[in-house]
Order: sequence, then structure tokens, then C-alpha cells
Amino acid sequence: MGVRVLRLTGISLAMMILMTILVGVIYPLVMTGANQLFFPGHADGSLVRLNGQVVGSTLVGQGFKSPAYFHSRPSATVPPYEPLPTTFANLGPDTVALKKLIDGNVRAALALERRYNPGLQARDLPVDMITTSASGIDPEISKANADLQAHRVAAVRRVPLNRVMALVSQETRGRFARFLGEPGVNVLLLNLDLDKAFGPPTR
Amino acid sequence: MSANGIAQIVFALLVVTALTPPLGAYIARVYDNKRIWGLSRLFGPVERGTYRLLRIDPEREQDWKAYAGAVLVFSAVGFALLYLILRLQGHLPLNPLHLAGMSWSLAFNTATSFITNTNWQFYGGESTLSYLSQMLGLTVQNFVSAAVGMAILAAVIRGFARRGTGALGNFWADLVRITLYVLVPLAVVWTLILGSQGVMQTFSDPVTYRTLEARTLGTKDPTTHQPVTQTIVRGPVSSQIAVKQLGTNGGGYYNTNSATPLENPTPLSNFFELLAILLIPAALTYTFGVMVGSRAQGWVLYAAMMAILVAGIFTALPYEQRGSQVLRQTGVELSATADSPGGNMQDKEVRFGIANSVLWGAETTAASNGSVNSGHDAWTGGAAVVPLTLLGVGEVVFGGVGSGLYGMFLLVLVAVFIGGLMVGRTPEYLGKKIEAREIKLASIGILAMPIGVLVMVAVAVTVGAGKASIFNAGPQGFAESLYAYMSQFNNNGSAMAGYGLKDFSATLGGVAMLFGRYIPILSAMAVAGALSTKRITPPGLGTLRTASPTFAITLIGVIILIAALTFVPAFVLGPVAVQAGGLF
Repeated sequence: MGVRVLRLTGISLAMMILMTILVGVIYPLVMTGANQLFFPGHADGSLVRLNGQVVGSTLVGQGFKSPAYFHSRPSATVPPYEPLPTTFANLGPDTVALKKLIDGNVRAALALERRYNPGLQARDLPVDMITTSASGIDPEISKANADLQAHRVAAVRRVPLNRVMALVSQETRGRFARFLGEPGVNVLLLNLDLDKAFGPPTR
Repeated sequence: MSANGIAQIVFALLVVTALTPPLGAYIARVYDNKRIWGLSRLFGPVERGTYRLLRIDPEREQDWKAYAGAVLVFSAVGFALLYLILRLQGHLPLNPLHLAGMSWSLAFNTATSFITNTNWQFYGGESTLSYLSQMLGLTVQNFVSAAVGMAILAAVIRGFARRGTGALGNFWADLVRITLYVLVPLAVVWTLILGSQGVMQTFSDPVTYRTLEARTLGTKDPTTHQPVTQTIVRGPVSSQIAVKQLGTNGGGYYNTNSATPLENPTPLSNFFELLAILLIPAALTYTFGVMVGSRAQGWVLYAAMMAILVAGIFTALPYEQRGSQVLRQTGVELSATADSPGGNMQDKEVRFGIANSVLWGAETTAASNGSVNSGHDAWTGGAAVVPLTLLGVGEVVFGGVGSGLYGMFLLVLVAVFIGGLMVGRTPEYLGKKIEAREIKLASIGILAMPIGVLVMVAVAVTVGAGKASIFNAGPQGFAESLYAYMSQFNNNGSAMAGYGLKDFSATLGGVAMLFGRYIPILSAMAVAGALSTKRITPPGLGTLRTASPTFAITLIGVIILIAALTFVPAFVLGPVAVQAGGLF
């Protein structure tokens, strides 16, 4: 019995070392080579550059605060939109704590947007505007969310609403093959479009 | 429930069904040690070299005890190596963030989690694991723990298919062949698919940059008074996510797992990850049919599994679209429109919306894949009953690669036994008489989980050290605890993620994972050993026909009954109370 276990342990150890070389070293290295070759931008993190400097990644939302920019969804990371580490809010669906959070989000959204959307009520807010995303770094907002914010962005930047709306439509990613997933608007790319079209905002 | 949401769900399940026969037949060839076109030339030398180096004779078959012994020792060695890597990562290379080694309890829980194919995430991913730990530690176990599950299944199926022999195959040869000919090729394809969608694959250091607003407006962080920056941890992500989904593992590279765009960037990546989750477990039902010489026997199991899964998906979907009380009280629009997903978007991502989040939650808890693409703690109570039920039936609705089907066989034997008793026929399965010994062994394998889970949850919600892990108040806190031990005991790994890391919960969870993995393994192997020595009696008038819709329905009844009788009271205290009660 003892000798058998010892022999099994030896085989197991050797097998683990071989497997580690095969799928822990060779496999990731070969795949890194392949992905770097076929999808160079993606493989390094879909980084977005402005005048040669990295300003973000299309995969990681940013916590825009200026009224001249489109804003991302509420985030549970600390501070918001800190990708190290990503986190859920984890509040239960029918808890006092969640009610406080959601009601706060509703109030904040109305306080920010009502000036530019007269008569705006809670029932007019798209649900993704008042809920935290799963990752805390959701780069996208719904089209309804972007359309609502377009009024503010156009007014603050003093540019025609229809031109901002056109940028929103242009940045709206449809469903894949018209039916997979949900449509969304990448906030970082949309804001870069804004700056490109109308120049960066002034303080 | 939007029409488009339903269309996506149906499409996803149809694709899985369409791929089941070809992949199932292919895996049967691998199990039967046949030549694989193209791949035998590529990997044959690696395979034979491994046998030579380890002085293994692949033709020398083992009985169930020798096979199970090899599984246990191999798992123990894998545990020891992973535990050491996690503890010592601070002193090892490829650690750009200079992360320290894990505490003993977190390393124990994480190492257990990965050798048992559970992938429960008490660890934080990007903020607790070095590139080296992700590659040499987690990615390797993602392959081998999946291969171990599939190897055991191969042995168990041989037990059904063979007659008058005790030999069930050679564990080492099964392990090597499954890894080389099934897991590696699929993982290569999936790494490329996910890479095309934007999942990273690099050895570059983490990247830190000033955000757009910090550049144009000089926005400063209110606490540090420095311009706002973000740091993105990079690494060989795609290669790990590919095998994480294919091997029903589920442990994320990042803390929020496949909810983060870094792991799951687009609707198409989501579709392929969902496909990968069910692909192998579904195909194995067909493999079984091929190997026992009756494809219908495989389809019966497939149909029973799919029926339960579909029922689960469409139970949860309306609850999530209707949203929580809190959301309804705000008065916001919760039905899906062309421009807004509506529904319970708390802890969900825009690109997935409601349908894809529900589909994912149901598929992963069915298939014993611990990944998530939404935060399950935020699911409405009515919807949360579904993942809990799919855990509660013992991860046999597709289940983990290999483990789902050998777990299902134990329930099949009980269903055959009950069916036989009801109609007064001899309990037989595939021509083998099912006798007291097999039923006893199957019962141990089936009942260990519910008993273990209920005892552990009772302890965890009673003692202070257990309650310290609870995040939410009231019945939601109970649901978190229930979910935690059901998930870990069943080697699933998904979580109501508020449930926090403490020495106590990490240790208890680790023990749950070990029991949950090795008790069913031993009982299934022992059953296979006993069955393999029996003769096959030709079907007669007195035989209960198992390749029939009637048997599928009986089987579903047995599965639901065992889970329902055990867990309904606990569900009432948890998610049902959440759904029915007021705010806590």
C-alpha cells in the first residue's frame, strides 16, 4: 500500500509538471503569439489613444463628472470606475440599503437632467441610468440613456441638439446579427467624438 | 419577456443541441483510444512521450479501486502544488503588482476550489493573483480538473458498456488523451474567438493612464487630489477564459468574472462563452449513447436535462423583467423597449440586458460552471429560486464536464429502481441488473450533498464566525449562506457575491468542496466497478424500457422530488421570503 501510494505520488508529480509545461506555459505563450498576430489592438487591451497618449480602453468605462460629457452608469467600485478591482454592488433586490441607493440615483439623475429636459419625472428615466452595473466599469449606456443626456450635453456645449443626437446614433452599437445581446452606446468613444466635433470642453 | 429575448435563448439552446452529436461522437473516439484525424499526428508524439517519460503502460487497465486511487493521489498532488504557488506568489516571478501570497485559509479555499472543478471565488482575481498564479496555477487546474471529471466519466461508462470484467481503463492515458485531443483544441479555438472580440492576451504589465476628463478638464480625485487615473490589469486572459468556460470551471481572471467587459466584451463573446459552458456536458450524453450502443439512451438523458433547464430559464425570466419592489416603486419603465433593456438592471450590464443575464445564470448553475455575467445577489427572489434549484438537484442538469453525467447515472439507477418497483418489473439498466449494492452506493452518492449542505448552512447561519460572512440583511442574508454552501458542495462556484471571505467560511467551504467532489466520485466508481463485472441480460418482456419518454419523465420526477423534498423549506426562508416579503 505504502509503496503504491509513493509510486502514484511520483507519477502524479511528474504528470502535473508535464501538464504545467504544456497547458500552463506553452499553451498561453502560443496563444499570446497568435492573438498578438491576428488581433493586435485587442490583445493589448483595446486601448484608446488621443494625440499619442493612452486615455482609456473601450472595455473600461470612465466616471465622467462634467456636464459637458455623457456620463456612465452608477458604479459600485471604490472609487467609482476604479477597475482594480471590479465589483458588484451585491445589495439584495428588496433591501432598505438598495432602496436608499436607487432613490439616491433617481434624485441625482433628476437634479442633473431636469434643467435640460423640462418636466422630467422619475418614470422617464431609463433603468440603466439608476442601477449600478455588474462590473462597476460598464463602458456602455442604453440608447434611451444617451438620448436623455444629449439634451444636457448640447445645451452645456452650446451646440445643436440634432448634431449631438447624430453622434449618439452613430456610436450606437446594434445587436449582433440584429438579435444577439442588447444595443448600447460606448460612453468613452461618444465623448471622444464630441471633443473631436466640437473641441474639448472648457472649465 | 421580449420576443427578441426568447429568440436569443432558443437560438443558443438549438446551437448546443446541433453540436451535441458531432462533438459527442468525437469524444467517444477519444475515449475509445481511436486515431484522431490530424491531431494524432500533431499530439501523438507528445502523448507517447508522456507515457514513456512517466513509464506508464496505457494498455494496462485498472479496476475501479486502482482508477479511483490514482484520481485521489493526482488530485492531492495538484492541491499541494497549487497551494504552494498561491502562498508563495509574492516570491515568484511574473508578479507586476507585487501582490503578496494568499493567507492560509484563502489559499486552502482557492486550491480546493480549482482541483475540484468548483472555482468558487473568494479570491479577487485582478487584485490578488499574479500573472504566474493565473497561468501555472489556475489555468493548469482548469484543464486537469476538467480532464479528471471526463476521465472518471469514461471509466463509469465503460462499467455500463462492458461485461464480465473489472477493468475500467487507464486513468493516466484517459487524462492525457482528454487534455490533448478534447480540451486543448477547443481551448485554442475559443481563445481566438474571444480574442477577436477584444479579450486580452498579452504579457505586458498593467497599464495606468489619466482618464479623458482628467486630460481635458484636469478632473482630480477628491481624496488624493491627483488627476484621475485608471489601472487595468492585463495578462494572458483569453487563454484562461476559454478553458474556464469549456471545462465548466468558471473562476474569473477578474473579480466580477464574465460580467466585466475585460472577460466578456460583446454580445457575440457572450454567445460563445454560453455555448462553451454547455458544449461538452451536453455532448457527453451523446458520447454515452455511442459507447453503450444505443444513442437513444443518451438522448433520453439529454432530454431530461434540457427540459429542466428550459423550465428554469422561463421561470426566472419574467421575474427579472418585472424587476424588484424597489425598482417598481421608483416608477421607471421596466418593460423592454427598442432603446432600453428595462427590467432588473441592478448588477447587470447593458450589452447583456435581461435575457442574456437570466440565460447565463440558469446555464451556469445547471452546468456547474461558476462564472457569472451578472451579480446574483441582486437577482429578484423569484428568479433566484432557479439557480438555487439547479444547484439543489445536484449539478446533474448537464452539470460539470464528466461529473454531471456520472452524478446523473446515480439518479438514473434510483429512477430505474423506483420505476421497476412501481410496475413490478426487474430493475435493469442497459441489460444490467440493479441490485441492493448499487442502490446503496448510489444513495450515498446522492444524499451526501443535501445532508452536507443543510448541516453546513445550519452551522454557518448559527455561529458568529459564519454570520460574519453575510452581507445583506434578512432573508437575503440567509439566501447568500444557502447559495454559498450549495454552490461549493456541488462544485459549482457561482455565488451571491456579497458573501464575504472569512477564515471560517473559507475553511468550511473548502471542506464542502472536497466532500462534494470525492464522495460522488467514489460512489460512481464503485457502482461502475460492480456493474462492469455483471453479465448483460437480453431485454425481455419484463424489462423496464429506459430509452423512452416515459422514463425521461420518471427521471425528471425523481430529480425534482429529491431536491424539492430537501430544499423547499430552506428556499421558503430565503428567496421566497425575499420575493414575498417587504423590504429588509
